Formats: sequence, structure tokens, C-alpha cells
Amino acid sequence: MIRFEHASKRYPGSIAALSDVSFEVARGELVLVGGHSGAGKSTLLKLVAAIERPSGGTVLVNGQNVGALRPRAIPYLRRNLGLVFQDQKLLFDRSALDNVVLPLAIAGLPPREAAKRARAALDKVGLLAREKAMPIALSGGEQQRLSIARAVVNRPNLLLADEPTAHLDAETARDVADIFLDFHRVGVTVFIATYDDHYFEAAAPRKLVLSHGQLQ
Amino acid sequence: MKTWLTQHRAALTLALRRLRAAPLNSLLSILAIGIALALPSGGYLLLSNLQRLAQKAAPTPRLSLFLSIDSDRRTASELGVRLKAHAGISSYIFLPREQTLARMKKNEGLGDVIDALGHNPFPDAYAITPASSAPEAMEALAAELRGWPKVEHIQIDSAWVRRLDALLNLGRSGLALLAALLGGGLVAITFNTIRLQVLTQRAEIEVSRLLGATDAFIRRPFHYFGALLGLAGGLAAWLIVSLATLALRGPVNQLGQLYALNFDLATLGPVEACWLLFAATLLGLGGAAISLRQHLKQH
Ligand SMILES: Nc1ncnc2c1ncn2[C@@H]1O[C@H](COP(=O)(O)OP(=O)(O)OP(=O)(O)O)[C@@H](O)[C@H]1O
Ligand SMILES: [Mg+2]
Repeated sequence: MIRFEHASKRYPGSIAALSDVSFEVARGELVLVGGHSGAGKSTLLKLVAAIERPSGGTVLVNGQNVGALRPRAIPYLRRNLGLVFQDQKLLFDRSALDNVVLPLAIAGLPPREAAKRARAALDKVGLLAREKAMPIALSGGEQQRLSIARAVVNRPNLLLADEPTAHLDAETARDVADIFLDFHRVGVTVFIATYDDHYFEAAAPRKLVLSHGQLQ
Repeated sequence: MKTWLTQHRAALTLALRRLRAAPLNSLLSILAIGIALALPSGGYLLLSNLQRLAQKAAPTPRLSLFLSIDSDRRTASELGVRLKAHAGISSYIFLPREQTLARMKKNEGLGDVIDALGHNPFPDAYAITPASSAPEAMEALAAELRGWPKVEHIQIDSAWVRRLDALLNLGRSGLALLAALLGGGLVAITFNTIRLQVLTQRAEIEVSRLLGATDAFIRRPFHYFGALLGLAGGLAAWLIVSLATLALRGPVNQLGQLYALNFDLATLGPVEACWLLFAATLLGLGGAAISLRQHLKQH
């Protein structure tokens, strides 16, 4: 599903964020990426979603070399991914429901069908009652769950999440982690950057650890 | 096809929502566009009204034929027969010199001068309506009549109409220039408005890209936004011009009555109004497209 071959990433004007990283994630696997702050976890996820391009080596997703993808092809890669960002990237000028509808609108679904599926996704993360709320009116945990609902609404077969349980109290973090475990259980490949390995132990995940851009 | 329709409807809805999100900004932009378009439209209307007025004031151009002062009445009637037979003349009126004298004497001040002369200074004359009112045909006719015996002078009465026509042509060129300039102004207004829109929608653009939006998807609502802005500005211009003509219609009518002209100020017809709206929409869309090419790149 995901395959890194000697991938490296150097941002302009900084030291290597990733160097010579090789690993593979099989279909349906749950894989956690750990490592200190600045180790390159977010960079690793960004390479998968073609948000950044590798400076060396190759990154394959579903057999596609995403580093060499034409700009016009990138949107269609992303539509098959579920992305949960470290900073969530919710739109604060539209309701919870409209935030979740966005990926479906982008895919060209009719509004009624899109709203139906968005409500189902909100229901899955326990936010159906708050569909009309603006994100600013939601608690930190609710915002996190909203961003998960948006990531899964287009039924991706690969779910990427960047520290989805950070800044949450233990109980909320466990609820959020359970959502990912549910998706893993129905066969979705789940790839999570996190410090909170213990919330995911139930699924016996494989663990990758980064240190200064290198896989341990 | 269905997806296409869905996406365009969604983009249109979004554009309308963005217009409504900053009502004051939108209103000011629309007003600026409206005024920029009202000026050339008003100029166009002014010219077409002047042209109508000119046609009304001189419905058929005429020639005046003056006989030499020493010619007698028989010469005049012989000339009349020749005029009648001429294919290039549709009608004519004989103006005997006594009648001209009597008419002129009625004029304030002129009577005394004419009395002091002691004789009738006016020649016999014909007022001629040519078959063709084309300037070239009239010139040719005048040249031919000038060669006839005892014809002292030929005057083309429509000269001022043609001078006005030349002036109107000049006005039209000036108007085209003005329209081009203000059309450019309209593009500049939408360009800037869209630039600000891109700045305010920066988060939305970024998130949409991350969620798999194509360039077309991101541009579409901005295109609609620009086109709607242009259309609304065109409507504003139409409203401004219509109200202005409505307000001027009364005074112009009164003025016309003073000159015994029954003249109604015309406003923009439906076809002209459609062209105005079409051009405004197109210019708005163009401004948006240029602005997007500039400002979306930075992301
Ligand atoms: N856009 C960027 N431009 C320049 N340097 C960057 C950029 N993004 C990340 N870096 C650098 O790359 C390195 C890895 O960053 P990254 O965000 O991948 O770390 P992380 O493991 O996700 O850290 P955290 O746990 O704090 O989120 C850091 O040294 C960071 O300063
Ligand atoms: Mg990070």
C-alpha cells in the first residue's frame, strides 16, 4: 500500500528532515510512527499525500510513484486518502456539516447525497447532534473528531493521521483512538504519527520510530 | 454531465454566498462598475438621440436654386419645366421674389433696411427636393444645375446635417475610446476584488487543495464571482442610465417644443441593454480570470 525506497527530504535552508528512509505498509495494516518532536513524522505523512515531494529516493502509494506525479494527477491521489492534519485545518466559517461535506463536493457528489453521507460520518464520530455548530463552538476533542469525520467521509482505503490524540484528555483520546481502531477493523489501512502508542495497543500495531530523520 | 451541473451549481451558490458575506464591499464594487459602464452607455445614448434629432430636424435634405436677379418670370417658368422633367428631382416649389420680399419685410428690423434699398433685392428661387438624399448624388445634382442658364447660385440646405454627421462620427470614435478605457477600469476593479477574495479565502483554497480539489474546482466560484459582479454592475449601469433619461425626458421635451420639435428622449432598448449586460459579465469574468492566474500561483 505504501512503500518508501531510500526516501529523503531536505527543506530548503534546513538540515535533512528525512534521510534514507525505507519501509513498507501492507494493505489493511495499522502502523504507528513515533519519534521526538522534529524527528520527521509529519514530513513522512506529507510525502505519502504528495504535500511534499521527496528530495531523493521514491515513495510509492498503491504502486504509484507519488513523488513523480504530475500536478494535475495529485488531486485524484488525495481523493483516495483520508487525511487528519496535525493542525486539523478545519474551515471556521462553515458549519460542522459543511466541513464534512467539502471532500464530497470536491468529488462532485450531488448536495443531497453528500449531506446524507456527511451525517453518517458525523454520526460515526458521535457529532451528529452538533452538525449545525461552527467549529469555534466545538471543544478540542470535538474538533479533532470533526476532522476525522471529514477524513473518512469519502470512504478512503488509506487513512493518514498526524497526532490525532495530542492535547486531548485521556478519555477523549481513547474515544478518538477507538474510531481509528474501528476503521482498521473493517480493513482500512491506517497510518498514524503519534506519541500515544498505548491507546492503540488493542490492535497490536506495528511501530516505526524516527530519530533525526532516520528510521531506527 | 450531472456531476458537471452539480459542480457549477455549487460554485454559483458559493459565489453568491461570498458576495453576500461582505455586502458593503460587494455593493461598492458593483457601484464602481455601474458608474464606469454608465458613462459610455450614456454617451452612446446621447449620440443616438442626437442622430435621431438631426433626422427629425431635417427630414429630407433640400437644394435651393436662386435665379439671377435680372431673369424674368418666363425664364423662371421654363426652368420649372426642366426641373419637372429631371429624373433626379422628386419635387420642387417655386418661390416668387415678391413673396420672398413680403416674408422678409415681416422680419423685425429687416423691413426698414429693405425699404431703404428702394428695390427688391431678392431673386426668384426654387426649393428642390432631390430624389436621392445621398451626399454624392446631391453634389452631382447641384453641379449640374449650376451649369443651367440664368442660375445664379445653388445652395445645399442639408450641409449642417452633414456637418453634424461628421461631428457624430467623431463623437463615436471618442466614445469607443472611452468605452475601452472604462472597460479596462472594470477589469481592474474585478481584478482587485478577486485578489482580496483569494486572500480572504486562503484557508479554504489550501484545505480544498489538500482534500483533492482540482484547479478548476478552486477557480470556478471565483469565475462566477467575477461574472456576477460584472452582471450586477451592468444592471447598475442600466439603472443609472434609465433613471437619468427618465429625469431628462421632461426638460428635453419642453426644450423641443420651443423649437416646434416633437422629440422624445430614447432610453436603452432591450437589445442594447442585453449587450450591455453581456459585455459587463464578460469583462467581470475576464478580470477574475486574469486575477486568478496572478494570485492562485502563490499557493
Ligand atoms: N516547511 C518546512 N520548511 C523548513 N523546514 C521544515 C518544514 N517543515 C518541517 N521542517 C523541519 O523538518 C524537520 C522535521 O519536521 P516535522 O514536522 O516532520 O517533525 P515532526 O516529527 O512532525 O515533529 P512534531 O512532533 O513536533 O510535529 C524539523 O527539523 C522541521 O524544523
Ligand atoms: Mg508533526
